Amino acid sequence: MCLAIPGKVLDVFPGMPCLATVEVAGVRRKVDLGLLENDMPKSGDWVLIHVGFAMSKISEKDALDQMQTLIMLGESEQAIQEVQGYGLESVEEPPQ
Amino acid sequence: MRFVDEFRDPDVINKTADEIRRLADPGRHYRLMEVCGGHTHAIYRFGLKDILPDNIELIHGPGCPVCVLPMGRIDDGLALAEDPNVIFAAFGDMMRVPGVHGSPLERKARGMDVRIVYSPSDALKLAKTNPDKHVMFFAIGFETTAPSSALTILRAKAEGIHNFSLFCNHVTIIPAIRAILDSPDMRLDAFIGPGHVSTVIGCRPYEWIAANERKPIVVSGFEPLDMLQSIVMLLRQLKAGEARVENQYKRVVPWEGNRAALKAMAEVFELRPYFEWRGLGFISQSALRIRNNYAEWDSEQRFTVPGVRVTDPKAAQCGEVLKGVLKPAQCKLFGKECTPEHPVGALMVSSEGSCAAYFNYEHRKAMATTLARPA
Repeated sequence: MCLAIPGKVLDVFPGMPCLATVEVAGVRRKVDLGLLENDMPKSGDWVLIHVGFAMSKISEKDALDQMQTLIMLGESEQAIQEVQGYGLESVEEPPQ
Repeated sequence: MRFVDEFRDPDVINKTADEIRRLADPGRHYRLMEVCGGHTHAIYRFGLKDILPDNIELIHGPGCPVCVLPMGRIDDGLALAEDPNVIFAAFGDMMRVPGVHGSPLERKARGMDVRIVYSPSDALKLAKTNPDKHVMFFAIGFETTAPSSALTILRAKAEGIHNFSLFCNHVTIIPAIRAILDSPDMRLDAFIGPGHVSTVIGCRPYEWIAANERKPIVVSGFEPLDMLQSIVMLLRQLKAGEARVENQYKRVVPWEGNRAALKAMAEVFELRPYFEWRGLGFISQSALRIRNNYAEWDSEQRFTVPGVRVTDPKAAQCGEVLKGVLKPAQCKLFGKECTPEHPVGALMVSSEGSCAAYFNYEHRKAMATTLARPA
């Protein structure tokens, strides 16, 4: 719950809710961008995710460092498990 | 320094550790509180205690939301979920937390509809896919998770989803720090400020700690180097007789916080007059509740909550450990009646609780050493 999980934004689907496909260590899931409405990420940006919501934009280097920290803390598997658990896909199917 | 070689930039780590030794006055004992449970976990996991000089003591603060939740709140939430039309949804962290009549996982084994979710949005999705049921999301966390709960309620309203409600247990970090500072037996020199909470609230809310209490505070990241650098920054302030708020975690934490997150929280939540914290007792204006405008999505306004109160066993000295008066192992129950497998007190409940972290890393290590020693 308190994990900050770094992910790379692949696609942004504007709307309500504003979702994005984000890749975390090879796993692709939808996350909600609503908490970054003042500084909306675009494709290629990196974000820190808390409980399915992107909370801050970070640099690629910091994102990779953060993943390394999770590995060192022994929490990387838990992070992947959490991301895999996000069931946001069918909330509102984005246009293809 | 057992882990230093595994860290990134071991040379920088060693130089930072040297700087800490240079700055620390050997005639003084420093008591620094890390507020966040994530920092507590990292300190034990990385063995940072072994890097620091003996006269720098790290005190583990109240920043583990699972630990500080009174048992009665869990019983209240589970009582509502005894209705077969209710689905009880919560983060995985909550599943093994004991209530008087068992943990959510034990209640699930006895037939209750309990689901693990990884995001409040998932709970909302459950409501959509189970229109004949009511989904109650048991929300916990500090300002790190509260904005996501707020946004989920806004989404529920916007989408007209009426079979969803949130049982709000969100707490706020500043009043807990204030309660610790107001305690007569408090003996702290400075604070390592929480990283991810500060992503949301920014650094300004800590300014009173520096201005009024004359305690330095440095908002810190979670890597070993982050925490060591934060300790350097605190020691520099203490040496110069200063008390300021500094931000070591600038790469993630903006000084002003996340405005969209604060806006969502202000729209949906208001402060409760008071709330009970395990180990600390009742603290005024320390928790959030859902505003009347969103009563339909508030489990407590929508249903009748029993209001269960469970007193922690008197022998458990969680409050003293939280305030830094006692070390985890100095509690009478530590490692005996109270273990991570069978937690009696608040701080043994979650892996981010100071007693559980101490038990998992220090106590087990000591036990292994004892067992390995030839008779």
